[in-house]
Amino acid sequence: MDIKRRDFLKVVAGGGMLLAANANPAFAISRPPKSMPPEAVGMFYDSTICIGCKVCQHGCKENNEMPAEFTIRPPEMVDRIWDDPIDLSSKTLEIIKAYKVGTGEEKNSDVNGFAFIKRNCMHCVDPACVSACPVSALKKNPVNGVVTYDKKACIGCRYCQIACPFGIPKFEFDKPFPQIRKCQFCNHRFAEGKYSACCEFCPTGASIFGPARDLLEEARKRLTLTPGQYYDYPVQTVNSKNRLRQKVAKYENHIYGEKEVGGTQFIMLAGIPFDKLGMPPLSEKADASLSEGIQHTLYKGMIAPAAVLAGLLFAAYRSTKNHE
Amino acid sequence: MTESKPLGGKIITMPFLVFAALAAISGVLILKRFIFGLGSVTNISDGYPWGIWIAYDVVTGTAIACGGYSMALLVYIFNRGEYHDLVKPALMASVFGYTLGGVSIFFDVGRWWQAYNLFLPWYSQVNSVMLEVAMCISLYIFILWIEFSPTFMEWLKMKGLLKIANRLMFIFIAIGVLLPTMHQSSLGTLMVIAGRKVSPLWQTGFIPLLALISAITMGYAIVIFESIVSALALDREMETPILSKLSRLMPWLIGFYLIVRFGDVIGRGQLGLAFTGDLQGNMFIIENILFILPLIFLSSARNRTRPKMLFLSAALMLLAGSVYRFDLFLVAFDPGSGWRYFPALQEIMITLGIISAEILGYMIFVKKLPVLPEIKHA
Repeated sequence: MDIKRRDFLKVVAGGGMLLAANANPAFAISRPPKSMPPEAVGMFYDSTICIGCKVCQHGCKENNEMPAEFTIRPPEMVDRIWDDPIDLSSKTLEIIKAYKVGTGEEKNSDVNGFAFIKRNCMHCVDPACVSACPVSALKKNPVNGVVTYDKKACIGCRYCQIACPFGIPKFEFDKPFPQIRKCQFCNHRFAEGKYSACCEFCPTGASIFGPARDLLEEARKRLTLTPGQYYDYPVQTVNSKNRLRQKVAKYENHIYGEKEVGGTQFIMLAGIPFDKLGMPPLSEKADASLSEGIQHTLYKGMIAPAAVLAGLLFAAYRSTKNHE
Repeated sequence: MTESKPLGGKIITMPFLVFAALAAISGVLILKRFIFGLGSVTNISDGYPWGIWIAYDVVTGTAIACGGYSMALLVYIFNRGEYHDLVKPALMASVFGYTLGGVSIFFDVGRWWQAYNLFLPWYSQVNSVMLEVAMCISLYIFILWIEFSPTFMEWLKMKGLLKIANRLMFIFIAIGVLLPTMHQSSLGTLMVIAGRKVSPLWQTGFIPLLALISAITMGYAIVIFESIVSALALDREMETPILSKLSRLMPWLIGFYLIVRFGDVIGRGQLGLAFTGDLQGNMFIIENILFILPLIFLSSARNRTRPKMLFLSAALMLLAGSVYRFDLFLVAFDPGSGWRYFPALQEIMITLGIISAEILGYMIFVKKLPVLPEIKHA
């Protein structure tokens, strides 16, 4: 039997039209988005008042027992007094990066200017890493929302790395007994009333810690300020009495992390568009909601598989019952 | 229904020694991996945490090993008994392909000494696609060995046990059709959570359907491929008539796959990306040409009677499904920041060694166990 071209084309055209007529079922089967936990903590980074001193990096390394990382090889760097990571890695959980354009003279300007950006785990409201992890090594604390890592559970499959839209989880490929490394907001210090070391160490208030709700309010407030006026920026925590009077820069009208992938507990303001600072342009949709939606649609309660199995058992029994 | 018999003949042949050497080399490299870590033998990185061991060994390797699944579906669910002779060799290829896919996962995971955490319910994160894939594949490997066990029972002449096994086999056959339906689709779904890191030419909610249909088609392709290669390598008569009949299914399956594939890409308005001349665009075109060619070739009845065309079409289909998977996991995946990945030589040697071990196993089993159908001469 030759498959006639005419018949084949008819099937293709019909099928094609059918498919084109239906929108991608993706949005119909996604599970609903998650919401911010009740006592969510957060971090707010204001690039415009960051001076790039990197004392936050030092605080992070010290409080997380992370080693120094040297990127410039000898002989340029002989004494190794200062570490110089160039990106987040299995040794560097938080980093400040610099952006420069043209002559790089004017701070927070996208024309012949420069700016800084802070990178660490975003502690997403709907974390892809948590959804991906098969063994609950990555978990979101239901109260404060910190995304934590448990090496006792982790099997090292690195699916979290595939999933994270920000490329945050890093893996120790150079070790025979590796683990995942990422910022955990210094939650190991919460019990003693402390908070993220980067915020504690920051001298200008560029990095501040506090209730996520209050941080968002603070960010919204700063967007209403007039560039050139002076503002008493809180230092270390959002509700701190310690304030540092600094000149207000012109902000990009975008709070990064407010909506991206369903919201993050680490939010940012900057004077330069965020994509130029290396922050990925993301929609409000968390990819975990589609991935989980597909799984739930097919496998929820294992009902569909059980029904299919019943049919298969019947068919297989019928075909084999008369054979030796 | 023809009897199966061991092929007999010398085990130690030149091809055997070549594959044994490759397997031995990879054994040494695997030891190095465990002593010094993944970075010492691979080029995987924080940007590309999954390389060919996942994209080939697990994802593509198990799809190529779908012969048992595709034949079980045809012979025991759709009750097409005329294909019965093709079941055992297909099943054996599946046993090897899947077992080695499972072993590859064990080599790939970083905290392998805790890999059993996957099976501890208090760790289970039930929304994880990875969890479902891992459980499903593990169980399926077990089921495959059970399905293959009657061959051992025949060899060991355990007639009583064989009778019981054959009576209960329908249970394992049914489970053995359910499980791959679940995990072959989910192996594709793994990449859904990567979101925009996967090019819009590949990222879609239809991935599970595409992965499943291509896996089933690869199952028929590997049966045809292996039958012809075996006949040539072991100097046996070709099973052309039955392969000819089997190959009729493929144009329909490929056609359905392509309708979904292109209907989806066009429906989302992304087809233009295929013609930008970049690597992703070019691979998209190559990948789909590889699907279209066997569709065209096998649409002709005359081609389906010619071993050369059957072999070529089967090979192209296997390549098509493999390229789709390589594309989805590696080519379409761009984490940004200029990350690049190309497998290291040691990484490739380990993969080749694992494939060689599979082939060695096939060679030994086919000569010692009653797997291949006896050739009845007129």
